[in-house]
Amino acid sequence: MSFLLPCPHCGPRDVNEFDYAGEVTTRPTGTPDVRELAGYVYFRRNVAGVQREWWHHRFGCDAWFLAERDTRTNEVLCTEVPAARARS
Amino acid sequence: MTRLDPQPRERIDRSAELTFSYRGKPVTAFDGDTIGSALYASGVRVFSRSFKYHRRRGLLCCSGACPNCMMTVDGVPNVRVCAEPASAGAVVHPQNVLGSIDRDLLSIVDRIGRPFTPVGFYYRTMIRPRRLWPTYERFLRNVAGLGRIDRHGVRTTRYDTEHRRVDVLVVGGGASGLRAAREAAAGGERVLLADENPCAAPADGFDVVAPARALGIYEGGLVPVAAGTLLLRVRARRIVIATGAVEQPLVFPGNDLVGVMLPDGARRLVEDFALAPGDRAVVLAADDRALAVADVLRRAGVDVVASIDLRTDEPAKIEAAGRRGRLHGVTIDGAHHDCDLLVAAGTPQPAYSLLAQAGARVEYDTSRGVFCPTDLPPGIEAAGRVTGALGEVAPTRASHGGGFVCICEDVATKDLERALAEGFDSIELAKRYTTVTMGPCQGRLCHLSSIRLYARLQGAAEAAIGTTTARPPWAPVELGLLAGRSHEPAKRTALHARHEQAGAEIVWTGAWKRAHSYGDAAAEVRAVHEAAGVIDVSTLGKLLVTGPDAAAFLERLYPNRFADLKPGRVRYGVLSTDAGRIMDDGTVARLGEEQYYVTTTSTGSDSVHGWFEWWNASWGMDVEIVNLTGAVAAVNVAGPNARDLLAQATSADVSREALPYLAAREATVADVPCLILRIGFVGELGYELHFASPHAEHLWDTLVGLGATPFGLEAQRILRLEKQHIIVGQDTDSESNVLDAQMPWIVKFDKDDFVGKWALEHARARGPRELLVGFEMLDGVVPPEGSQVVREGRPGGRVTSARWSERLERGIGLAWVPPEHAREDAELEIRVDGRLEHARVRLQPFYDPDGSQLRT
Repeated sequence: MSFLLPCPHCGPRDVNEFDYAGEVTTRPTGTPDVRELAGYVYFRRNVAGVQREWWHHRFGCDAWFLAERDTRTNEVLCTEVPAARARS
Repeated sequence: MTRLDPQPRERIDRSAELTFSYRGKPVTAFDGDTIGSALYASGVRVFSRSFKYHRRRGLLCCSGACPNCMMTVDGVPNVRVCAEPASAGAVVHPQNVLGSIDRDLLSIVDRIGRPFTPVGFYYRTMIRPRRLWPTYERFLRNVAGLGRIDRHGVRTTRYDTEHRRVDVLVVGGGASGLRAAREAAAGGERVLLADENPCAAPADGFDVVAPARALGIYEGGLVPVAAGTLLLRVRARRIVIATGAVEQPLVFPGNDLVGVMLPDGARRLVEDFALAPGDRAVVLAADDRALAVADVLRRAGVDVVASIDLRTDEPAKIEAAGRRGRLHGVTIDGAHHDCDLLVAAGTPQPAYSLLAQAGARVEYDTSRGVFCPTDLPPGIEAAGRVTGALGEVAPTRASHGGGFVCICEDVATKDLERALAEGFDSIELAKRYTTVTMGPCQGRLCHLSSIRLYARLQGAAEAAIGTTTARPPWAPVELGLLAGRSHEPAKRTALHARHEQAGAEIVWTGAWKRAHSYGDAAAEVRAVHEAAGVIDVSTLGKLLVTGPDAAAFLERLYPNRFADLKPGRVRYGVLSTDAGRIMDDGTVARLGEEQYYVTTTSTGSDSVHGWFEWWNASWGMDVEIVNLTGAVAAVNVAGPNARDLLAQATSADVSREALPYLAAREATVADVPCLILRIGFVGELGYELHFASPHAEHLWDTLVGLGATPFGLEAQRILRLEKQHIIVGQDTDSESNVLDAQMPWIVKFDKDDFVGKWALEHARARGPRELLVGFEMLDGVVPPEGSQVVREGRPGGRVTSARWSERLERGIGLAWVPPEHAREDAELEIRVDGRLEHARVRLQPFYDPDGSQLRT
């Protein structure tokens, strides 16, 4: 892998500066049953196509951000810092 | 051998001589010579022995493309000496010979072994009996193969990597490459030009790196360029490939004799190094540039007895004859010419490999007999002969009566015929079976001829045979260059110098260097139990978590409860994943309503920091997380005298009432502002001081001066084991959960949600599969960590930690055992050195089970 990934803070950087942290999963709400929990903990969609995923600019600004990337071509469609939710 | 009269463009400086050694004897060279040209000038003609048959081989391309001049230079094998600048003192040896380069005993393979060693013979003849394969393999490795590496060598070269961003990268410094570079530079673009030639043209408003080879075009337009001991990782907006065309050897019997050369090779010897490549020459070529070599040779005084233009007079049969590997004549369609130089080449093949790697298509041009690149991807350009602009050329025959197709791996036309007869009808399969194109030239000299031969043999069009896939590296590269600089970063605490001065044994723990002991771990344990010790715990991860949501954030992250923790108090916490597994542990001190000080394990600080940041990014809570690990040093003062000792260093009230067990206070110790945590990993009255790391040596010296005995990791491990305190990663693994690790009190199931809650609920409902328990040995042994716990003759658990406790006078440890064995006094058997040793389960800490020492 040698594509460029645009960090929302630092701009396009060599992908080796980043840690890949996997596709964005949805944490269940309420009390999941075993099957639902196992799905969330162990199973990934592993799409061949555009995937929403986590990245960490480990050797840069240390930001955690989201990217939309085509897993077939490594084309990065967009990156963004996740918006702060309503304060709990 | 004398040089020719000075040539107009010669690269040598006749006023500057230098000496290197070849086969132990000195060789004189001029400045500007390559090792190859200097050896040629000194009379060397046989430069190598071939890969398989050990045939004599001499200079062929003089451009670093072919395998014929590979030697070992200063211990580095497979150096193309024709392109390697001569340097004073270099030590050069021929390789792949048994005996000497002139009398290579292994050439017997060529003389009598050839009928028995057809293509792929070792797949068939050397597989039975199976048990003899190691013998066969040793034999084959000795006979075949190229240079040898020194298996006991040490790293002597420092390789480095450099990142470059430019507007335009030009690969190839020939006429069209230079033109492209100049034009781009004139247009105001930042240009880098990489060229293989050590004497590239001077820069003209742009950067030149030479001699340097572009290794490939990778994803994202990354071009690694090997420049000596430096690997440039170049990214450019625009990449111009001007790699030219590669002269193609003709395929005919005797085409590998010493004295058969490619036109540009002969030209370089004359023009660059003022050397005559022979006395009597025959020239066979298919383009004007190559045919012009005849004039170059004549001017150099070579008698050119025949010059044949293959475009108009292509012979059907060419046969070169030689004595002891050296050319002495050639017969062309029956006409014999005595000669010691045969300059022969077919249509030059555009060097399209980098373009194909970048995604260009490659098409066969039947009118010219070569493959040309087409459909270049965006950002990739081609200039000059690589585009197929070769002038007036015509296809030549695939072979003129047999001979070697691939001189790197000694693959002859017969071998390809045989491969086809055996059913390897695709060129990709033929490549893998015969290894044609897989040698050091990487197909530069044999790719086209192998395809054309396959087309002829199958009666198919070259386009239908197709090309094999172009892959990096396009040029040979040293593994050291890919590995880069030797890089083993060590983290040292602010007290490292003190540990070394005290004679500590230093060990790696993760990325940290730590003091294992100061010579006598048992004495250090005694000091902690009987007086006071001090240990450097600066490696602990330290995170400051602040903000209005700090309490709620930790409540969601930990199975523990932290919202009810009062400011000034500390609580032990264990982090869990959503799979319910233990991730890390440490202490959490509440410094204020909205401020927590979190410590992590030494190895876990980065991952826990990342974990916190990631969850915070997901939840979007109003929390700031600051990693203080490097900025803050920490020491732990422990032992019955710890309070008295500390009281001498501070005016703060450290009495039992003012600073009780699990209290956290900010106070000045030895004039250093500290955070004091009253906790006790090692089981005695203890104070953990956290403070700005520049003060570390001062504070350490003060505490040691007051009588604290420094203790290291080993003493700490014994002490904590006496308390059955776990070490995450040592006593737990990726399957362990906090319930089975016997810490159910950590988990507050009544909380609405926390990371790991559901999985832990399931684990609780399911019940434990195994439990972590303490054990003591009954007969004086200490089982190695990882030993097997055996019950009824079957494996039933494992030891995670074990040490000799001097205080208890027995071996103690922690082990995972089946739940039915996890009861006080249960008998265990532990396999040690094949014997079963007896142990007994102890569920309570061995030392101070009620914690009165801690609370005192």
